[in-house]
Amino acid sequence: MQFGIFTVGDVTADPTTGRVPSEHERIKAMLAIAQKAEEVGLDVFATGEHHNPPFVPSSPTTMLGYIAARTENLILSTSTTLITTNDPVKIAEDFAMLQHVADGRVDVMMGRGNTGPVYPWFGKDIRDGIDLAIENYALLRRLWDEDTVTWKGKFRTPLQSFTSTPRPLDGVAPFVWHGSIRSPEIAEQAAYYGDGFFHNHIFWPASHTEQMVNLYRQRYAHYGHGTPEQAIVGLGGQVFMRKNSQDAVREFRPYFDNAPVYGHGPSLEEFTSQTPLTVGSPQQVIERTLSFRDYVGDYQRQLFLMDHAGLPLKTVLEQLDLLGEEVVPVLRKEFANLRPAGIPDAPTHPARVAAARETPKEETQA
Amino acid sequence: MKLVVVSAGLSSPSSTRLLADRLTAATLARVDAEPEVVELRELAAEIAQHFVTGFPPARLAAALDAVAAADGLIAVTPVFAASYSGLFKSFFDLIDKDALTGKPVLLGATGGTARHSLVTEHALRPLFTYLRALVLPTAVYAASEDWGEQGLDRRITRAGTELARSMAPAAHEAAPDVDTAAAIAPRSLTGAITSTDPANGFTIVPFAQRLAALQAD
Repeated sequence: MQFGIFTVGDVTADPTTGRVPSEHERIKAMLAIAQKAEEVGLDVFATGEHHNPPFVPSSPTTMLGYIAARTENLILSTSTTLITTNDPVKIAEDFAMLQHVADGRVDVMMGRGNTGPVYPWFGKDIRDGIDLAIENYALLRRLWDEDTVTWKGKFRTPLQSFTSTPRPLDGVAPFVWHGSIRSPEIAEQAAYYGDGFFHNHIFWPASHTEQMVNLYRQRYAHYGHGTPEQAIVGLGGQVFMRKNSQDAVREFRPYFDNAPVYGHGPSLEEFTSQTPLTVGSPQQVIERTLSFRDYVGDYQRQLFLMDHAGLPLKTVLEQLDLLGEEVVPVLRKEFANLRPAGIPDAPTHPARVAAARETPKEETQA
Repeated sequence: MKLVVVSAGLSSPSSTRLLADRLTAATLARVDAEPEVVELRELAAEIAQHFVTGFPPARLAAALDAVAAADGLIAVTPVFAASYSGLFKSFFDLIDKDALTGKPVLLGATGGTARHSLVTEHALRPLFTYLRALVLPTAVYAASEDWGEQGLDRRITRAGTELARSMAPAAHEAAPDVDTAAAIAPRSLTGAITSTDPANGFTIVPFAQRLAALQAD
């Protein structure tokens, strides 16, 4: 199982001081946070993609390329890459390039994006969101899996004898997660391809996540990729910790109350009971996170949102120390103990290359 | 059958609730149904939370589900600033956009003066037409003075009779408009996110079918 962090990349005033970081500061903070993730032993860093203020990460592979050079083991990913408004040809090229730069430490999470104006800014229509995700991803798969592609579709100019370069590292494209909060069509898409399904999880009640993950697992089996239990599932999580849980609550409350997504609404206590948000001691975070398994089953990737709502960099780095030192080592052990045989490991490039080399051999033998 | 009554009155006792109860009694005198009253005042904070978080707290979820599952609906609001109250509109902003399709709905409104009597026609009726409800011809407006006059009784009886005649079990089982739902996804936080999908789970269009539909264009 892999553990990591995902970031939205918001530039938000610190509600306790009123101070707003500059874009430059925020970008540098994200880079520092990613490097810290590796330092404390996490497996994954994923960045969002946005094309409007107050968000900075418009160019994820640029950022991830830098992080690749500064890290040795961290898997670089996205949360999410906009499969609707980006040209699938450019996604194929950018992430194959990143794969080479990072020696395979790359995967990618596809998402539609829910900011209405981004669609027209990129020449698209939000009402085509699902269709764009379906057509663009179908093309992206071909660009990665076939050397020469001749293609015609609804949303993009046709391609005649096009080769996307560089070719995926070792002939194996980055592993793909499909992220969706509420669209069964996307769970269906992930299942169809045998790709991973990631549920953001953090803003909605657990029953909703359970329903979406179950759908994906059933359809994954329906398409013959394995049993429902063998489907590849990722989840978000959101925590704030201090040794003493009252300190965590006291310190996090102003950030919660003013948070861009859910602030000025429910109380911290209401929201922690309604959603997976956990504010308390590392032990409380461990217990809550282990409980996710009760409703989604054994899963492969857990990403935490740690750096939003104006939390200062220093605080985020302290949080990552707690996560890496006190929480994740216990979670690794506990999840491994609970996991029955036959549950696949989280996908990595070396394992997928090995599997790809095995498959043709089996076919020749048969 | 289920008859759900949404009342947006704020005071207690409330003339809006009084009108809602009279309309309910007039309906139940002519059809056998189990009534359930949703008092929006009790859900005011949860309605605001839903706007902010994008999901309904438990009691609100139950109320939204009850409305969606009803065989008939009575919706009554006080008139504020020449229209339905903000609380009333907020509740129906949170209803799944397919939840009222084909559902018989009896509309009512209360106000301090008869000058607002057409609010049922120029404000309430278009809202429920947009939601594709089967809005009954008679809507009942009760001004303060109506509570001491003869005509209100007759209008309540006529409206209740219309609703009773329109209610039929399974009338709400019209096929959901799946394509439209997909086309506007993802919705904004204020864009009608309901608590649950139908009890029988998600409607799945097999992926190959979706892919083929795109290639056929």
